[in-house]
Amino acid sequence: MTAAAFRHALDLITRVRGVRGAMLVSGDDGLVVAEQLMEGIKGTAVAALAASLAGRLRRAMEAAGVGISVFWHLQAEQGALLVVPGGGASGLLIVAVAEPDVNIGLVRLELLRAAEAVG
Amino acid sequence: MTARAVEGWTLRPLTDFVREASVRLVLLMTPAGQVLAQSGFSRAVDVMSAAALGAAIMASTAELARQLRQAPFAALNHQGQRHGIFLSSLATDRGAVVVLAVYDLDVSSLGLVQLFFEQMATDLQAASPKAVSKQVLAADFERELSESLNTLFGR
Repeated sequence: MTAAAFRHALDLITRVRGVRGAMLVSGDDGLVVAEQLMEGIKGTAVAALAASLAGRLRRAMEAAGVGISVFWHLQAEQGALLVVPGGGASGLLIVAVAEPDVNIGLVRLELLRAAEAVG
Repeated sequence: MTARAVEGWTLRPLTDFVREASVRLVLLMTPAGQVLAQSGFSRAVDVMSAAALGAAIMASTAELARQLRQAPFAALNHQGQRHGIFLSSLATDRGAVVVLAVYDLDVSSLGLVQLFFEQMATDLQAASPKAVSKQVLAADFERELSESLNTLFGR
């Protein structure tokens, strides 16, 4: 996977109207691998906390016996956090930060496409 | 988890860091290896060893950076199979403080430790009293070390 491929994967997400930024995050370390964020979004903090949440959610899913999570959407007053765990062994998370009225279905679709692209 | 401090102003930022970053062990010390506070250690000998080794690593890497004509390294991270070790320093009004943190990979991550380390650096800077110049005499060293360990382990 090249830096250009990562950029392309993020382009797919950030071109959706209402998306304020997208990141590829190392799920194990909580570190930013690649990002395209608008000003004012603390990328390192979002990455660290999203990865921590992903680990806890994974354990909750396992405990509940419902398999691995494929998409999560956290809606807040002033926006939303949408995450798709990357497939394969990469351990990457694809994260989008969006406006509250964003088209969730479209962002989800692009997140899943990006996940497929980054493996 | 028990946190204890020789310098009281370090305790609150330390306990916040331990709670938020979910770290297992933390040591705050001067660059010379004098312990200011600790969390999670149960034996004095472990604290002394960790402080000496941490201070030595910081000194070695600072010298390495100097020889490479670079600014000192911001932080060092060593990741094993189950644990990670994070070593960095921060500035306070009482001088530099070296931080050694050990975290479990299944409850924390380098990203979380880095994130809350930055918060602790800000909190320690805000809490630190102004530096007082104090001459350290060799004769006082052992007594002060002994007093510090008594404070850290509640003896």
